[in-house]
Amino acid sequence: MNVLKLAAAALVASAAFAGAASARDQIQVAGSSTVLPYAKIVAETFGETFPNFKTPVVESGGSSAGLKEFCKGVGEGTIDIANASRKIKDSEVEACKAAGVTDIHEVVIGYDGIVFASDINGPDFTLEPADVYKGLAAKVVVDGALVDNPYKKWSEVNENFPDWDIAAYIPGEKHGTREVFEEKVLAAGCEATGDMEARVAGGMDEKAAEKDCMAVRKDGAAVDIDGDYTETLARIDANKTGMGVFGLAFYENNTDKLKVATISGVTPSTETIASGEYPVSRPLQFYVKMAHIGVIPGLKEYVEFFLSDQMVGPDSPLAEYGLVSAPEEEREAQRSSFEAGEAL
Amino acid sequence: MTDATISATPIDAASPRRRDIGLKKRYAAERRFRFYGQAAIFLGILFLAILLWTVVSKGVGAFQQTMITVPVEFAQSVIDPKDKRAEDPNVLLMANYPLLARNALVQALGVDPDDKKAVKAVGGLVSDSSRVELRNYVMENPDVIGKTIPVTMTANGLVDSTLKGHIDLKVPEERRQVSDQEVAWINQLVDDGIMQKQFNTGIFVNGASSRAETAGMGVAIIGSFYMMAIVLVLALPIGVAASIYLEEFAPKNRWTDVIEVNINNLAAVPSIVFGLLGLAVFINFMGLPRSASLVGGLVLTLMTLPTIIIATRAALKAVPPSIRSAALGIGASKMQMVFHHVLPLAAPGILTGTIIGLAQALGETAPLLLIGMVAFVVDYPATPMDPATALPVQIFMWANEAERAFVERTSGAIIILLLFLAAMNIAAIILRRKFERRW
Repeated sequence: MNVLKLAAAALVASAAFAGAASARDQIQVAGSSTVLPYAKIVAETFGETFPNFKTPVVESGGSSAGLKEFCKGVGEGTIDIANASRKIKDSEVEACKAAGVTDIHEVVIGYDGIVFASDINGPDFTLEPADVYKGLAAKVVVDGALVDNPYKKWSEVNENFPDWDIAAYIPGEKHGTREVFEEKVLAAGCEATGDMEARVAGGMDEKAAEKDCMAVRKDGAAVDIDGDYTETLARIDANKTGMGVFGLAFYENNTDKLKVATISGVTPSTETIASGEYPVSRPLQFYVKMAHIGVIPGLKEYVEFFLSDQMVGPDSPLAEYGLVSAPEEEREAQRSSFEAGEAL
Repeated sequence: MTDATISATPIDAASPRRRDIGLKKRYAAERRFRFYGQAAIFLGILFLAILLWTVVSKGVGAFQQTMITVPVEFAQSVIDPKDKRAEDPNVLLMANYPLLARNALVQALGVDPDDKKAVKAVGGLVSDSSRVELRNYVMENPDVIGKTIPVTMTANGLVDSTLKGHIDLKVPEERRQVSDQEVAWINQLVDDGIMQKQFNTGIFVNGASSRAETAGMGVAIIGSFYMMAIVLVLALPIGVAASIYLEEFAPKNRWTDVIEVNINNLAAVPSIVFGLLGLAVFINFMGLPRSASLVGGLVLTLMTLPTIIIATRAALKAVPPSIRSAALGIGASKMQMVFHHVLPLAAPGILTGTIIGLAQALGETAPLLLIGMVAFVVDYPATPMDPATALPVQIFMWANEAERAFVERTSGAIIILLLFLAAMNIAAIILRRKFERRW
């Protein structure tokens, strides 16, 4: 009983004195779930390579949530690095500034491809952005008139496609991937089919037309997946005629279950993405709070380690996991820019 | 004589028959009801069995891990080529340990050392964690340098999955992550007794890892333990004190009614709301550290309090009023009545309620998301102030991993969580049996 009372007293005391917390000696990172696996690999290797620093803590939760935490302010109670699968928005930079976070450094770690894949036993798909747009947009132009998407089967979209009901599992709106999907696929397809012009001709201004192009149909043919790619994979396991949107790294880890579609005739791979041939790709980045450098032990070393060729080079653990390395000069530029302490 | 005359009347002859009909109907109703009850129980057990079967059949493999035991030559030319380890301890930290592992396997498999591609592939059979495993071994026994000693290293997650049959080898080679050559090597190593499955202690003691083969629940178990301790220490006394006051001392008026309604409402509030509260109050206002199990414990305390208060009040209400009257009647004060008589009798009910509340808190992830505990944490938390995760969080994180080897780990983690829950519930039953008093 005495031991219990003592433990209780100790716990209450620790809770009471918590306000006077000791200095944080661990880097804290939060943000995109797409960048998370890469950040985990680097954090773990960092902890192993530098035994005098603690292993950084990497939170998941999404680009927006991470940047929001990042922009809370400066000090030990705030995170040091925000991972993002999209660029920071001007509004977020403003919010950061308002909270006193002025020196933000952007680090591009490499590129990620977004692929369309279906069940391994299905037929090959050779997609064009126009096909995806016609299959998944909320409204399309049929016979000169803008109507609700009438297509029910892939074969109606393009006669080369199988006679499958359209069922696509796409990332939900909170994902950074969704934005890339909308811009690089739907908007591109809208442009290619001439639907964009038709919309403008129909009296919409350019911006509204583009926004309308990127609206996804809501009649059940396109399903938003708010979870991770494992959920998308489970959906395709359950519905063998479904089509899913994945990150390249996830696909490469599941090549025995998924068959990837070519886009505009290009098969997604680290090579075609690095060369820019494959159209649907995006940079992955993280943002560093420069005010924390020198305050949080190991932060500078962590960023330098992340940028080194042994982590993000073409023959590195991140590349093996599926990251598309940036070209040599760009990696070099990232390193010198961090050294110079350039801020946004 | 009179009996016989009465039974002979026509009214009596008719009524037993009418009553028979009613009886039959009522028996039938009872049989139906029993059937419904049994069907409900059967359905419940069936679903439980399906759940347990899927989890256990998928996850039992996670408690075995493929290991490679091979003689490693701790060559000085690799570890410390300039013989400087005496003056610079960093030499031993930074040495190229993966090369040692690779050389050992190349020799064991008889691969041509000049075949660069094959040598690289051989190096991939052993986990990247071999760097740390070999380093720690050398740091502890520096005199092994220059000798050849058999060492056990963890095999790569893909090798593990292949050996356990989780990778479909019927798929064409170019679509698989393991090549035919690697499968041949694996078979050779197994035949030579170099590669074998062992009990996986790593899943219990390791921290998080991006490599499936070394990922473990250690940090999550400690984090959950800290949080449960904090919940127990804070929620139990506060909850019991609040219920005793409300039940035994407080006047019954509109205010106590309002409080009662609010406590019941609080018990039904979605847990994520408590996470938001925790973020706003404990982290942003009080400045407690992110990702710390202290904050997690405080948030879960808030979440568990209403459950404990409701259970405790029910337990106090169940104590017969006669006990109270008797205690007061022989001159006990109200305080003595509560603490000497009512509380001990209510203890089993309070305990059950507390443990159910704790078990609920143990399985909670949503509030932890907002306070930064859904995170990748490698280092053990020394105090509740250090970053940590929790058991259900670890399940969630592993479920989102892309690698095949994590599928098995996820189910393994679920088994561990279920074992903890079962242990807590058994403890609740034992404690209740022990303290239960009958009168």
